[in-house]
Amino acid sequence: MIYLKLFLTFLKIGVVSFGGGAGMFAIIEDEVLTHGWMSADMLLNFFAVSESTPGPIAVNIATFVGASQGGILGAFLATLGVILPSFLIILLIAAVFKNFMKNSAVQGALIGIRPVIVGMILAVAVTLFVGVALPSYPAFETMEIDYRAITIACGLLGTYFFAKHVCKRTLSPIMIILIAAVLGMVLYAF
Amino acid sequence: MQTKHPYLTIFFTFLKIGLFTFGGGYAMISLIEREFVSVKKWISSEEMMDMIAISESTPGPLAINSATYVGYRLKGFWGALLATLAVTIPSFVIIFVISLFLDQFLALTVVANAFKGIQVAVAVLILTAGLNMLRQMKKDALSIAIFVATFVVMILIDALAWNFSVIWLILIGGVLGLCFYGVSALRAKARAKGQVREELSEAVGENTACPAAVLASAAEAQGRAKPEAEARDVSESEVETSETAESAQSGEQVKVIHRQPAEAPARSDEFAKDEKERGE
Repeated sequence: MIYLKLFLTFLKIGVVSFGGGAGMFAIIEDEVLTHGWMSADMLLNFFAVSESTPGPIAVNIATFVGASQGGILGAFLATLGVILPSFLIILLIAAVFKNFMKNSAVQGALIGIRPVIVGMILAVAVTLFVGVALPSYPAFETMEIDYRAITIACGLLGTYFFAKHVCKRTLSPIMIILIAAVLGMVLYAF
Repeated sequence: MQTKHPYLTIFFTFLKIGLFTFGGGYAMISLIEREFVSVKKWISSEEMMDMIAISESTPGPLAINSATYVGYRLKGFWGALLATLAVTIPSFVIIFVISLFLDQFLALTVVANAFKGIQVAVAVLILTAGLNMLRQMKKDALSIAIFVATFVVMILIDALAWNFSVIWLILIGGVLGLCFYGVSALRAKARAKGQVREELSEAVGENTACPAAVLASAAEAQGRAKPEAEARDVSESEVETSETAESAQSGEQVKVIHRQPAEAPARSDEFAKDEKERGE
């Protein structure tokens, strides 16, 4: 029953996701790959599209995964699943516990959750870099190195940190994706 | 709110917010602020700060959290429902249409090559998001230990293909944070009791028969605080036992906060500051 599975999986994702789009990506990747719904490659493409279209990234990626697995109903249920916990929790807080978040054990739990999210996001970033640079990882026997991907990564990071520290401007995600698309088209054409 | 059709205004404002914000939560929050605080003046900037703090401390997409909160503040349940629906609809429609064509689109070699580059960009985006959060993270021993442990475990999960859901890491982190919170509350309590004991023994002087009970209870409180302090170092496998101990003490923690009004506001100020930094 794919519809129920989609709904429940994204309900679970909605309950435990802290830390915005990047934090969500780690959890969604974990769940989607465990269910075998799509390849890590395809998920990365989805994430890129979600970053470059308007709206909350979590909703975008839930709609995407849902649509790919169960058409419009799948998309609807996945999206509903991911927003329902937020909606109910916020409603409860806004209606009942106005000062609940400020001075309670919830803040205590967040002391422990925040570093987990940061560690999770950075670990995902590292494994993604390894994944694009060494397409055969973790099979070490047939190791091949994708020098083009490494070139693109260096170019993007260089541009990002140059813009940040020298020009004092933060490159928008769309800008980074556009630069990467051009670099990909040029480098992989040969 | 003096508008003739407040529900329609909520709906269309959030539809606009959903349609025109790229890049997730924070971009959206600045737009909500402009629409409802600066232009319409429906909510105060203080309430806006509260809203950001709440949205960040609760799970789920920031945009959904803030839309629900603002909608509820303006027009109760139906306001919340309309705001949440409106902020979701544009994403849903746009992404659904794209998903219909993405496969054909990716079949083109040029597009496939572009997406090979874009996959690198996603890694870069996630890396920069993580680095920004690392910069804003509190750098106390507990946070750094949890951060390093999570990082190492995540890398191992990937390298050794362990079947271990990252959701558990979040739950373990939450429990560790709760233990830490419980320990610091108990320590504050033990300190307070120690002061009370000194004052009492000074006041009573040589008459030791009567305050014996007081002394015993104070000693008991300190003795109880000790094993809890050890719970701070529990390994992840022992977390559940300390959680039970923690919840048994939770009733007393509340009292501690009441008894020490000077400490509680300091704590919330610290959080408010933290949230503010994250917000920027």
